[in-house]
Amino acid sequence: MDFGYTIWIFVLPILSFLAIGLLGTRPALTGRSELLRGRVWGWIGTGAVFGSWLLALVTAYRYFFVLGTPDGHRPVVFGAKWVWMRFSEHLSFDMGILLDPISVMMLVVVTTVSFLVHLYSTGYMAGERGYARFFAFLSLFTVSMLGLVVATNIFQMYFFWELVGVSSYLLIGFYYDKPSAVAAAKKAFIVTRFADLGFLIGILILSYYAGTFDFQTLVSAGGPVLGGPAGRSFMGLSVFGWALGLIFMGGAGKSAMFPLHIWLPDAMEGPTPVSALIHAATMVVAGVYLVARLFPLYHEVDGGAILRLVAWTGGITSLIAALIAMTQEDIKRVLAYSTMSQLGYMMLALGVSGLHGHEGLGYMASMFHLFTHAMFKALLFLGAGSVIHAVHSNLMRDMGGLRKYMPVTHLTFLVACLAISGIPPFSGFFSKDEILAAAFERDKLLFVIEYAVAGITAFYMFRIYFGIFWGRERTYAHTPHESPAVMTIPLVVLAILSVLTGLVPFGEYVTADRTPYHGHINWPLALASIAVGVVGILVAKRFYQRPNDLPARAAEMWGRWYKWTRDKFYIDEIYQFVAHKIMFAGIAAPVAWFDRHVVDGFMRGLGWMTETFSLLIADLQSGRVRQYAFVFMGGLIALVLLVLFVTGLLNG
Amino acid sequence: MDLLSMLIFIPVLTVLVLFFVKDMRAVRVVSAVGIGLEALAVIRLTSLYVQARHAGATADFLFTRDVPWFRPLNIHYYVGVDGIAISMLLLTAIVLLAGVFVSWSIEDLTREFYISLIVLGTGVFGFFVSLDLFTMFLFYELAVIPMYLLIGIWGSGRKEFAAMKLTLMLMGASALILVSILGIYFYGGRTFNMEELATTRIPLDAQRFFFPMAFVGFGVLGALFPFHTWSPDGHASAPTAVSMLHAGVLMKLGTYGAFRVAMYLLPVAAREMAPFFMVLAVIGTVYGAFGAIKQRDLKYINAYSSVSHLGLIFLGLLALNRTGYTGAVLQMISHGLMTAVFFALIGMIYGRTHTRDVTRMGGLLKVLPFIGAVYVITGFASLGLPGLSGFVAEMQIFVGAFRNADMYHRVFTVLAVSAIVVTAVYILRVVGMMLMGPLKDPHYQDLPRVYWYERLGGLLVFIPVVLIGVAPLWLTNLIWDSMEPIVRQLSQYMQ
Amino acid sequence: MIDGVGVYDIVAVATIVFFVGVFGFLTRKNLISLLISIELMLNAVVVNFVAFNKYLYPGRLDGYIFSLFVIAVAAAEVALAIALIIALYRLDNSIEADDMDSLQG
Repeated sequence: MDFGYTIWIFVLPILSFLAIGLLGTRPALTGRSELLRGRVWGWIGTGAVFGSWLLALVTAYRYFFVLGTPDGHRPVVFGAKWVWMRFSEHLSFDMGILLDPISVMMLVVVTTVSFLVHLYSTGYMAGERGYARFFAFLSLFTVSMLGLVVATNIFQMYFFWELVGVSSYLLIGFYYDKPSAVAAAKKAFIVTRFADLGFLIGILILSYYAGTFDFQTLVSAGGPVLGGPAGRSFMGLSVFGWALGLIFMGGAGKSAMFPLHIWLPDAMEGPTPVSALIHAATMVVAGVYLVARLFPLYHEVDGGAILRLVAWTGGITSLIAALIAMTQEDIKRVLAYSTMSQLGYMMLALGVSGLHGHEGLGYMASMFHLFTHAMFKALLFLGAGSVIHAVHSNLMRDMGGLRKYMPVTHLTFLVACLAISGIPPFSGFFSKDEILAAAFERDKLLFVIEYAVAGITAFYMFRIYFGIFWGRERTYAHTPHESPAVMTIPLVVLAILSVLTGLVPFGEYVTADRTPYHGHINWPLALASIAVGVVGILVAKRFYQRPNDLPARAAEMWGRWYKWTRDKFYIDEIYQFVAHKIMFAGIAAPVAWFDRHVVDGFMRGLGWMTETFSLLIADLQSGRVRQYAFVFMGGLIALVLLVLFVTGLLNG
Repeated sequence: MDLLSMLIFIPVLTVLVLFFVKDMRAVRVVSAVGIGLEALAVIRLTSLYVQARHAGATADFLFTRDVPWFRPLNIHYYVGVDGIAISMLLLTAIVLLAGVFVSWSIEDLTREFYISLIVLGTGVFGFFVSLDLFTMFLFYELAVIPMYLLIGIWGSGRKEFAAMKLTLMLMGASALILVSILGIYFYGGRTFNMEELATTRIPLDAQRFFFPMAFVGFGVLGALFPFHTWSPDGHASAPTAVSMLHAGVLMKLGTYGAFRVAMYLLPVAAREMAPFFMVLAVIGTVYGAFGAIKQRDLKYINAYSSVSHLGLIFLGLLALNRTGYTGAVLQMISHGLMTAVFFALIGMIYGRTHTRDVTRMGGLLKVLPFIGAVYVITGFASLGLPGLSGFVAEMQIFVGAFRNADMYHRVFTVLAVSAIVVTAVYILRVVGMMLMGPLKDPHYQDLPRVYWYERLGGLLVFIPVVLIGVAPLWLTNLIWDSMEPIVRQLSQYMQ
Repeated sequence: MIDGVGVYDIVAVATIVFFVGVFGFLTRKNLISLLISIELMLNAVVVNFVAFNKYLYPGRLDGYIFSLFVIAVAAAEVALAIALIIALYRLDNSIEADDMDSLQG
């Protein structure tokens, strides 16, 4: 079956990026026309992504339902593949489109969320300066993210990995005259860049020892990594173990895993649709996707040592993030920490997964959660954006009682909160339940952590739900009103998806070994997780539905712990210290000084020596002719005497 | 006249015409036309070269021409090109043309300025096409000398000091180069012909003695650590077009020479001493990046950034394999273009704000959108963002350096890779301070718009950065094919 | 050839004249005196040329030709030097040699 047309999924957003970026941002071109200055650019961007979305849906239909499982498992298809750059006779950097269950699933996720966010942004960003620029960046991001998910080889993935990073930078810093946005953008880029350093070194090691970048070859059972001998080892891990660990570092940076997570909360400085698209639904799952992509390697190399690291990183991250989320005031930051926490779930699920059949439950659950999370988290962010649009503030203390003014936003937000809290029949329940089941089978301690996190999640989500839509009625500068239709339609669509996606028999389509797998719900565990979710919701309801002094008393009671979580465990401060005291004051400043004074000092010293010496002998040249004559005669006589003396003529 | 001699003849003719032109406007037009013709000639040469290779030409160098001009010492005017030289010629033509446009507004001694600039260009073109060491050295000097005048007369700040420092350090380096060339001449059978020299085996002791001389001699111009200190002062004082040419093209004379003369002709010593120079290259890479973090002057930042990027070129060369060499040549082109864009933009910014201190600027993106946007994108190229030329070059270098079977090389490669993070820090610091944030100075509200010649000059060097980044295959193939003799040469005496 | 006068006598005279010139050049301060001293030295050389030519290589003319050259050059030199001295005198109102030190390093 021919999937060559999939190239158009990329070409459409590329064209819109070029069109908007080159034409839309030129005041000379757009200045005269009201139309050109206004929304036409938004509609071009949205239209292009709409086209991609339709194509992605067609591709998914054809891949999953028409192509099916010809030989018992789902095939890997190439939509395109060409050499982009050559490293050596045998090693080239290819570009292409690889279609397998996870990439097709991601194509759907990315285009769906991207399309809805584009649509939403035509309303949200209306009248902003740099409207065209915003859509250019969104298109750029969409292209990059799509390129990332269909990468045929790890270098192509790195290529687009960096590009999504830079789109994220540009969009976080969209309000570039706001110093906090600039700082946040810079932080996001540099932290992820630091993580990508690991990724790149990992690629170099992997490509050297395996001799290929190609995913297909890398993960194949008889391939250079899994088929060959273990190779040399270094400090207890094989070289492939090191490579995978370093690659995971890149994934951890992108997916905001502890301790590389510090950029994600700050990234909320970007416009809210950006947070929904990039920092909730798509880009931040790239790390999870990367591990899933190389999953057979993680599972096999060094007996899964790196996979245990992945699991624990995910577990710790989800716990820390959930704790911090409980006490934050800024609703977008709560959502950011919540995203981190959910990403931790996904990582953990991969970490506890096996490769085949029932063992592979964690992998399936992780991808499932990725899928459902993209929908309900995008919905949460877009809903929060709608609220922020109405009250012009991010802070919970400026909100309250909004359910009367914004009914659509209220209901859709509620759906999303129920979904993330794992209440059936909303989608989060199904995916999270499977993660818990997978964790339960593999590692009881991780299960306990995740179980607790499920309760905390329900609590903090309903904390902001009640805080925004119930709670104390505030006095607003002007009465809040529901957002326009272009903004509410995406909310409704996502709310419907948040309900429905849970019912997808996901194991049929996406599994670790690409063989359909019939999962079933583990009801005792499911009931327990529903129970903890309900408890969380009820506590939040008691605390925040009506104004009371319980939150303050609780804060009082927990004292130091409260302060620790509110100050995010001081991780930012540690980084600050490392960056400023060590990088800047400890290395950069001495290097600058060293260069000026020692290296250059040496060169200048050479010049100074020459100059001093020449000044020293310059006095000999007095300009007086007679003095020269004296010296000349003296020298002559001395020479003559010398010659006579040496030749012995003086003595006769 | 053959095409390669045309490349030398066209700028010479332009200079001759300039001597008879009085009017300032005519001077600019003549220069632009002359260099434009030169660029066309280079493009024509490129297409002829590609056609010839397609047709199956297998000689190492094509379009050669050999005319003896001093028989007693066996000195020839011997020119010829391969893919490496072609790509360097393309780079030179583009940067020189952009330099002509960027200098459009120079008012005092316009004619003399353009004459010096084009003489410099002649030297560079001659250097890249020469296959005779002596002729090559002659052109090298021809390129270095006008720099003194260009900085000393049309520069800014401590221009006399900077011009003197630069010239003295480069002259010192020239002495080393001359000695090593003579050494190669005498031990290589009294010929300056590179192709012949490559086939004769120079005694090992002589190689060990002359390789460091040649490598360091060219390395000084290539800002090899610790001989890079002329570059921050020199760049800071030089006028815009000169900075562009100097960092963009002239520094590549150093790396190209280190490759073509030192490594190609003295392969055994190169192999032996690579570990030592590799240390210098990696120190330069990391050290330059850290040095750039603390600078406040835009030109100093760019100068240190150049030290870092040129360190990567040396790293690629010392990887001693084909991937590394290809990466090094790509990085020469990529860095040449990027740094030329940077200096052009810095010149435009300085011309408007009258400061190069980043701490005194802020929010310029709003008032100078063209300059700001191009600066940001080029900054991304500089930190190795995919889709721009820097990525292509750096990845080739890293993969090449890592493929060297020696563990030592790998460790140093990893160290050098870490510079990409530091690069991101200083690039984003500048972007954040200078272009973003609130507008710091109300005077900046009405800065003059970007003139057409500035836009043209900037885009001339900027567009190739994007093109190479998006579609590198044709360029890598062009360079790759020409690595054959060099790889043969360096692997010939293994063990 | 003069009877009774050997080449040594002539060389001795020339040497005396030469060192008188040297002495004058070293001790006098007036530029004109210096010029005269230089002329003395040149003339001593000329005498030597002629004498050696006459006594050692009687058949050849090299020495005579050289002496003619020296005389011609000396004449030109004097013309130039006097012109310079006059110019310097106009400039500084002095022809003291020690005042002329603007060429110092």
